[in-house]
Amino acid sequence: MSESVFPQLEALLPHVQKPIQYVGGELNSTVKPWDSCDVRWALMYPDAYEVGLPNQGVQILYEVLNECEGVLAERTYSVWPDMEALMREHGVPQFTVDSHRPLGAFDVFGLSFSTELGYTNMLTALDLAGVPLESKDRGLDDPIVLAGGHAAFNPEPIADFIDAAIVGDGEQAVLDMTEIVRAWKAEGRPGGRDEVLLRLAKTGAVYIPRFYDVEYLPDGRIARVVPNRSGVPWRVSKHTVMDLDEWPYPKQPLVPLAETVHERMSVEIFRGCTRGCRFCQAGMITRPVRERSITGIGEMVEKGLKATGFEEVGLLSLSSADHSEIGDIAKGLADRYTEDKIGLSLPSTRVDAFNIDLANELTRNGRRSGLTFAPEGGSERIRKVINKMVSEDDLIRTVSTAYGNGWRQVKLYFMCGLPTETDDDVLQIADMATRVIAKGREVSGSNDIRCTVSIGGFVPKPHTPFQWAPQLSAEETDARLEKLRDKIRGDKKYGRSIGFRYHDGKPGIVEGLLSRGDRRIGDVIRAVYEDGGRFDGWREHFSYDRWMACADKALAPHGVDVDWYTTRERSYEEVLPWDHLDSGLDKDWLWEDWQDALDETEVEDCRWTPCFDCGVCPAMDTSIQIGPTGKKLLPLSVKQPAGAPGGHSH
Amino acid sequence: MQRIRLRYTKRGRLRFTSHRDFQRAFERALRRADVPMAYSAGFTPHPKVSYANAAPTGTGSEAEYLEIALTESRDPQKLRELLDESLPDGLDVIDAVQARTSGLADRLTASVWELRLDGVAPEDAARAVEAFEKAETVEVQRMTKNGVRTFDARSAVVSLEARAAGGEDGPGDHPCAILRLVVRHVTPAVRPDDVLSGLRVVADLAPPVPAAVTRLAQGLFDEETGTVTDPLAPDREADSSAAAQAPAPEGPA
Repeated sequence: MSESVFPQLEALLPHVQKPIQYVGGELNSTVKPWDSCDVRWALMYPDAYEVGLPNQGVQILYEVLNECEGVLAERTYSVWPDMEALMREHGVPQFTVDSHRPLGAFDVFGLSFSTELGYTNMLTALDLAGVPLESKDRGLDDPIVLAGGHAAFNPEPIADFIDAAIVGDGEQAVLDMTEIVRAWKAEGRPGGRDEVLLRLAKTGAVYIPRFYDVEYLPDGRIARVVPNRSGVPWRVSKHTVMDLDEWPYPKQPLVPLAETVHERMSVEIFRGCTRGCRFCQAGMITRPVRERSITGIGEMVEKGLKATGFEEVGLLSLSSADHSEIGDIAKGLADRYTEDKIGLSLPSTRVDAFNIDLANELTRNGRRSGLTFAPEGGSERIRKVINKMVSEDDLIRTVSTAYGNGWRQVKLYFMCGLPTETDDDVLQIADMATRVIAKGREVSGSNDIRCTVSIGGFVPKPHTPFQWAPQLSAEETDARLEKLRDKIRGDKKYGRSIGFRYHDGKPGIVEGLLSRGDRRIGDVIRAVYEDGGRFDGWREHFSYDRWMACADKALAPHGVDVDWYTTRERSYEEVLPWDHLDSGLDKDWLWEDWQDALDETEVEDCRWTPCFDCGVCPAMDTSIQIGPTGKKLLPLSVKQPAGAPGGHSH
Repeated sequence: MQRIRLRYTKRGRLRFTSHRDFQRAFERALRRADVPMAYSAGFTPHPKVSYANAAPTGTGSEAEYLEIALTESRDPQKLRELLDESLPDGLDVIDAVQARTSGLADRLTASVWELRLDGVAPEDAARAVEAFEKAETVEVQRMTKNGVRTFDARSAVVSLEARAAGGEDGPGDHPCAILRLVVRHVTPAVRPDDVLSGLRVVADLAPPVPAAVTRLAQGLFDEETGTVTDPLAPDREADSSAAAQAPAPEGPA
């Protein structure tokens, strides 16, 4: 059962696209002896290798688990349809890329869901592995199927398929779970599969969907969600890792041979965000803010670069310029690596002039091509609704500094379909873009500058103030985007300097259905999978029509439909499918924040103002951890170049 | 500036590394090993590495070559060890010389390939090889970016021999033939799979599983002996005669 399937796989490799993605052997990957371990994890990012490999969450857990005595973790990714067809034809099961063991041979199959669009890929992997698709049909020897990642904060749509879900930070949680599984195995697996799941459920830190019953009202809404076993808690709490410096992972990032979407040494400089943007699920569910120290960051960068040879460092977080010592971090790193031609990048920055100084610092040895900002909303009014506190004058000041410093292109990100939005809010995006171009031409004295507007449909997410909001229909989204496009194209003076990129509204509706869905959505996912649905995050594979056809059929017996889940506004009293998963946020606070949004009232960041009682810190026994530490990054001691000539030098 | 020429392999499962993949992996290995690389000029400087005549994705190789330019001198053997250690197993750096001559690429005029045909009876392979050798020309087709291209796979082939797999690479309980192919580098290139297509054309030879193909050697084709010579030999010779003239050779031999 646990032998390598590589010999069978090898014969298929000459017939598939990019075979290197299936062979493993990446630098810094780990293969532990199978028999020396008693708890074995298979970790999956349910998308193609090129997207999944760089995922930080998987890389962190892979290392944390492999560092543990008697525990091994291997990785698996979604295979492309050409490989899937060959594997089915030749009876090759879903395998890990590390030692090419069949997925079914592992104790735990953990999936990281950054997005709901990976659900059908999970079913493909299970089916290829010969593991029953539904939890209720699995036996003693099947792996425990575990969901994590941001989408796991509402695991109800996949409740039939998973055995367990963990919400929040995974580092300590996977170790705790490992101990429970290890003890149960050592005892000879008493009570079978149910018992190990029950032991996990009783901790209050692992959600086991089968131990909860969902009751519905006649109108289709949920009446209540009740535990059906004694000892199973009413609510399951999220996990929060408090001292990031204690978890300097990944220490040895994987360096793939195949080309992937991000090839850089990424360091998470802080976790959590309290800016309070109301549309942002990540910002809400990862509270409170916990900074990694400047010295901890410096050490991770140094060790990581040595271990990987990457030529770029990415300082990751939800809003990287908000680190209390970001200026010193950027300058310190830029000083350290000037000679080595290491590029620095800072994704997710806010719109303010300070960030231009930072960007200048980061690129002082390189080219100044493009800067990206996310005002998110086109009008002052809508930015108040979403609590993105940036004025148009701020933006113009910022881009003016940018163009004045030699930057030639500015990218602006927006959303369409925000609560209370009208055509006018969106059309103002065009006005903003023309002001940007006019200012850029004035400051730079050149006509050779560009502004790209990138816009996509807004999807309301669980555990945010917009969890009650109606989603804009695909048709209305598309119509609004079309009006914006026409306005930009129709501008004779500036239109040609403005690029316009948009995503149509259809994928957003499916994402919305899966995001705020309940257990009845499981039948839709299964039907889509059985009809051939795969890789829903990929435009060339996604089929809106298939999703709608399957949803109509699967939801009809329940008297609900896609609109009911997406464009319907929820009321205060409604039991939401994810209410029993505790993100720490007080539901009443979220509701007040939703009301504030409707009143166009802004809320400050609690890092710099008093607490607004969102509930997280007391509920989770956590607190904000920010600097400044006052420390600096010192230059590194002079490197002794490896391989320096021994006998020939003097 | 010092130039060093390296011979490296693509072995085992890493034979599925494409040339682009190898380039990225190699440049990162250079960084990890702190090799004092010379960089190209321009907005996005690149380390100076010249690759020659890479084997196709999916074929193994014992004989790939490249040349790097350094800003400071390094001992080629130590550099080889460092880079070999820095690269994943299977991408192994097995030889290094300081460049003392010009035109490494000009010395790569032919390759020796081994093709392992699992499930093919050695007699069938021998018959097909015989038919191939007898033919004046063997027209084959290959899909290229510009559509199907038809060309002759015969004239570039210097020799082609078939034998039964035996000894260590023995097939066990099923038939297995091994082909040894010496082919000149011409344009359009004739690859091992083109020769396999040729064997299918002339003798209907159709291996049941994909052939395992490995480049054993590449270098200058010696017309007199019909062999492929080591392309790094001239550098090695120039190096040792330079060392012989030096007043007091230092360092490890």
